[in-house]
Amino acid sequence: MSDIPSDLKYVASHEWIRDEGDGVVTIGITDHAQDLLGDVVFVELPEAGAEFAAGDDLGVVESVKAASDVYAPLSGEIVAVNGELEDAPELVNSDPYGDGWFIRLRLTDVTEVDDLLDADGYAELCEAES
Amino acid sequence: MGHKTALYEKHLQMNAKLVDFGGWDMPIHYGSQVEEHHSVRRDAGMFDVSHMTVVDVTGADAKEYLRYLLANDVLRLQQQGKALYSGMLNETGGVVDDLIVYLMTEPDVTGEWFRVVVNCGTREKDLRWMADHTALFDSVALTERPELAMVAIQGPNAIAKVMTVVNESRVKLIDGLQAFQGLESEGWFFAKTGYTGEEGLEVMVPEEYVADFWQALADAGVAPCGLGARDTLRLEAGMNLYGADMHEKVSPLTANMAWTIAWEPIERDFIGRKALEKEREAGVKQKLIGLLLETRGVLRSHQKVMINGEEVGEITSGSFSPTLGCSIAMARVSANIADTCHVDMRGKLIEVKVVKPSFVRHGAKVY
Repeated sequence: MSDIPSDLKYVASHEWIRDEGDGVVTIGITDHAQDLLGDVVFVELPEAGAEFAAGDDLGVVESVKAASDVYAPLSGEIVAVNGELEDAPELVNSDPYGDGWFIRLRLTDVTEVDDLLDADGYAELCEAES
Repeated sequence: MGHKTALYEKHLQMNAKLVDFGGWDMPIHYGSQVEEHHSVRRDAGMFDVSHMTVVDVTGADAKEYLRYLLANDVLRLQQQGKALYSGMLNETGGVVDDLIVYLMTEPDVTGEWFRVVVNCGTREKDLRWMADHTALFDSVALTERPELAMVAIQGPNAIAKVMTVVNESRVKLIDGLQAFQGLESEGWFFAKTGYTGEEGLEVMVPEEYVADFWQALADAGVAPCGLGARDTLRLEAGMNLYGADMHEKVSPLTANMAWTIAWEPIERDFIGRKALEKEREAGVKQKLIGLLLETRGVLRSHQKVMINGEEVGEITSGSFSPTLGCSIAMARVSANIADTCHVDMRGKLIEVKVVKPSFVRHGAKVY
């Protein structure tokens, strides 16, 4: 069973969202997603300053098995990108909720957070998919 | 639920992630495909390949039958245990399957017989094809050996580690093996063959003994490896995968397998010979090349290969090379390609280097 921390929010496309306060969130992909992908070998992310609307393509994760798009779960401006992933993409596998984070986003509309799944909702979704 | 090999319980114990492979539940990895790949290049890893099909070919006409069935010539096997890689072709010169055939006795003796190992995904088709062509010969018998499990142990330290878990007579037998030779030992069969580009053995084991053998190897420090690592290892070594790099509509001449066709002696008729001769006379139209992407991204099968905006072929196998840290691929193309070409990767044309389709041997880059 994959790890789904209860203090995070989720979207159906398998990204997680952590509220850092002050309208900033951290985003990554879930343990379930990294397990499906297998060994991650490249992560392609936009640069800080780029702006996204919820649902936009944010980047690409390439594993040994497949290429997978990453979507922006919320609208906002990127304030930080995890540069560690350039040299150590395997962090996405080993620590998806910690050192394997992707980006920090300053939200355009904090009320969008209300539409996200909680851990139980995401767990149900994963179960239904498997 | 698929077929299970005799190692199924071991795979579960060792936390394998299982996938369906040709109707069998097989390990894709035991945690990390990339780490397993490195184990084979740097030390020793083992693969359960019991799903592969072993067929013994016996009878007074066994040799003549195989000389007709295969594009390579078993007459080249002049020492007990020696192995030959060959395509088994159809009348149009397409590859029905690729296989390894071992001469199990001394050559030219009464009772001379052979052992053939074919792919798992093609088992039924192959058995039918092989059986159909026995009709042309008086005395050939085909015996499938499903009770033999098979473990491939590969890597620079693989042979030394196997030697620590077998008895003294088997240590001697392994020590005396030449490359591409396999010999029996009380129902077991040890062959110096593999599909990784490293030194190693493929061992056939009666299935009641294989779980203990696997555990002993694990205790000796041999890493269990899944089919995922097997695929990246064989791709780095430039070895074809049946169904991807060649199949029934592809001739060995366009699959980097010309070396497996024994044209001489010219009197030998084999299935597909006429078609291959025609193709050779007309000039071979396609070839298999290697591609190397030195920037980010991973080449994938079926991506289009382009020159000057024109499609000239497609990738037959592509993946990430853990040893090289970048993506590699094999592609079948119709044109003569110089040093570079482009690949259509998710709508973008990306420049790649063209190399011989062999990337890594014995742990080091070779292109």
